[in-house]
Amino acid sequence: MHVEEKFTHETWPASPEKATLEAKNKFLGFWFFLGGETVLFASLFATYLALKDRVPNTHQALAKDLFELPLTFTATMLLLTSSLTSVYAMYHMKNFAFKKMLLWLGLTVLLGFGFLGLEIYEFNHYVHAFHHTFTSSAFGSAFYTLVGFHGAHVAFGLLWIITLMARNAKRGLNLYNAPKFYVASLYWHFIDVVWVFIFTVVYLMGMVG
Amino acid sequence: MSTYAKKQGFGATLWDFLTTVDHKKIAILYLIAGGFFFVVGGLEALFIRIQLAVPNNDFVSAGLYNQIMTMHGTTMIFLAAMPLIFAFMNAVMPLQIGARDVAFPFVNALGFWLFFFGGVFLNLSWFLGGAPDAGWTSYASLAVASKGHGVDFYLLGLQISGFGTLIGGINFLVTIINMRAPGMTYMRMPMFTWATFVTSALILFAFPPLTIGLVLMMFDRLFGAKFFEVSMGGNTIIWEHLFWIFGHPEVYILILPAFGIFSETFAIFSRKRLFGYSSMVFALVLIGFLGFMVWAHHMFADGLGPVTNAIFAVATMAIGVPTGIKIFNWLFTMWGGSVKFTTPMLYAVAFIPSFVAGGVTGVMLASAAADYQYHDSYFVVAHFHYVIVGGVVLALLGGTHLYWPKIFGTMLNETLGKITFWLFLIGFHLTFFIQHFLGLWGMPRRVFTYLPGQGFETANMVSSVGAFFMAAGVIVLLINIITTSVKNVRVGNDPWGDGRTLEWALSSPPPFYNYKQLPLVRGLDAYWIEKMEGKKGLTPAEPLGDIHMPNSSFLPFMMSFGLFVAAFGAMYHGEHGTWAFPVLFLGLAITLGSMFLRSVKDDHGFHIHKEDLMDDDEKGVKA
Repeated sequence: MHVEEKFTHETWPASPEKATLEAKNKFLGFWFFLGGETVLFASLFATYLALKDRVPNTHQALAKDLFELPLTFTATMLLLTSSLTSVYAMYHMKNFAFKKMLLWLGLTVLLGFGFLGLEIYEFNHYVHAFHHTFTSSAFGSAFYTLVGFHGAHVAFGLLWIITLMARNAKRGLNLYNAPKFYVASLYWHFIDVVWVFIFTVVYLMGMVG
Repeated sequence: MSTYAKKQGFGATLWDFLTTVDHKKIAILYLIAGGFFFVVGGLEALFIRIQLAVPNNDFVSAGLYNQIMTMHGTTMIFLAAMPLIFAFMNAVMPLQIGARDVAFPFVNALGFWLFFFGGVFLNLSWFLGGAPDAGWTSYASLAVASKGHGVDFYLLGLQISGFGTLIGGINFLVTIINMRAPGMTYMRMPMFTWATFVTSALILFAFPPLTIGLVLMMFDRLFGAKFFEVSMGGNTIIWEHLFWIFGHPEVYILILPAFGIFSETFAIFSRKRLFGYSSMVFALVLIGFLGFMVWAHHMFADGLGPVTNAIFAVATMAIGVPTGIKIFNWLFTMWGGSVKFTTPMLYAVAFIPSFVAGGVTGVMLASAAADYQYHDSYFVVAHFHYVIVGGVVLALLGGTHLYWPKIFGTMLNETLGKITFWLFLIGFHLTFFIQHFLGLWGMPRRVFTYLPGQGFETANMVSSVGAFFMAAGVIVLLINIITTSVKNVRVGNDPWGDGRTLEWALSSPPPFYNYKQLPLVRGLDAYWIEKMEGKKGLTPAEPLGDIHMPNSSFLPFMMSFGLFVAAFGAMYHGEHGTWAFPVLFLGLAITLGSMFLRSVKDDHGFHIHKEDLMDDDEKGVKA
């Protein structure tokens, strides 16, 4: 199958993300990349756990003082839902329903921006209400680095998905761009999985002590 | 006529190499850049040995000595050994599996340019206020307090080149899994390809912890974070863990490809199938796995506790078992073979006793109780030079002679090659053997001088003389390279006459599309099988057809250059904010802009038409 070939709903292959050699390579290579990213975040989690609540004096806020469930739970729900909408987008991609795919990707992007907005609000809140900053303690450095690294991944993912949507808005799906949409959604899921761990390890475990 | 005629002129050649995505040309780039840094690191080693040749020497000052010592280690590991290994992986592995290129040719080029700009950035420290001086391990307790920007050059330079290595590893993994020729099952892959495969997996899982370690220290030094500041709740041991979780697999990343090169060499010049192929593969994978379980043996003296130390000591000693399997398999490959002592084979044969000596001291160091005695002494220096020079560097020199005709189409002179070998081997043992005893006598490592009357004089002088033998060997190699390049006597497909794997069935150097028709692989040592059946070439697995090739691109260069520019901005933002911030954003804009261009501009590659391939064929017949 040729990458620039025009398709219809009937001729569109069942797994367009793996239909050409280039696509197969991209698919596998991206999984390996996510393997490396897993080790990257594992290193950050280990650092965070080693430095959790390590502050220079007793006036500084600890994890149990900082975190509040309503805010982080809302952020979690936004991101988890965005993962679901990206699944719907890929479902329509596989069915050659380009417009519907764009619609669901658009929803994904909106939810992603919602999450990012909440995170910015949260960081701002910690800095101003608790004087818990990046440079105030080892705990602060570790917290903002772990959560901020995830936030930066979300921001990059949003840029990526928006670029893909804009670039392909007028020409529809083909075997050249289908794998691109697919790996972008893989990336989005990965970010979501990392957040599940952050929610558990940083926020839930932080609130109980 | 062929529409793919070669461009002429220096400018065209330069542009070709700046934009190439061909794995064979990228291999040449890695070879040149890695060779250059090898010479730089070698000069630093010579300065170290001149300074230590006599007691109370003042050839260099204490501070400058720390910089030279740090840069010698960092350069040799990251900027010489790694790229030279990548050179051979790029040059040989795609040919060995019967592929036309790697899975991601663009990413391959990007990997090279990231390494290159990272290496240049790191070495510019010499001219911009002083090089890093906290040792190649850059322990946080030293490095965070280091004055000036030396350590910042280390952090940012290694960060940039580390990205290049990581994406290179992913590229090779996907290439080996997806691009093997028909019939090339995993258990028919040549040992060098297996070594590349396992090494790439190690790179994928070992480099991210280094990335994080470098990020944390960069945040501490440049952006006021407190990860390693004990008074603010920080902990310097975190750096040691992150560094060695990377650092120990890194030594296997270096040695496994060396094992691969030697496995090929032993089989070719014993003119015999590699003994115990399956156990060689098993041992390779086991070493790769165990390599992640032993990092804390670098931290025995930290006080992690007797249980931790005992577990890591036992795990470390366990690596001796698969390594021993490999050593005996190489010996049995030679046993009963019709051995030819060519230059590459000399390196392979010399490697066995040298590397075993390094392995034995490794097991000595692995015993945690005894390690408190060896710790931070010249015994450690002797140990790791025996495994790295006696293993990796001998493999790189042997591999250079072995694969030179495949990469450049002309043979290095055998006589000069053997002179290089003997000078280097004698120099190597002269330099490092005596250092075991220096360590046991009590000389600490990383000292810039010592006092007379402690019994260190003769041994240090012997060691320094040895270093000059190695330098002489490298000079003879350079003369060899220049004279053979000038003579440029072209050689055929299989210049050693005993090639066993697919790459020796191709012309030297191979055409840019490698295989006109993908070969059918009918067993281990595919080309040897064809030769034994009296055939000249390989059995094709497909009819002659159009070949899809990737386009050249300047974007990998630009993406890497952007990070290079941004690194200056990040480094100087503290004291020169007025220009440093714009430079930081300009650099990031160049990188992200190039990524954006790559994303929105379709790149479908091009096709070589069947007719052009037939033209080539006919021309070959006429000539």
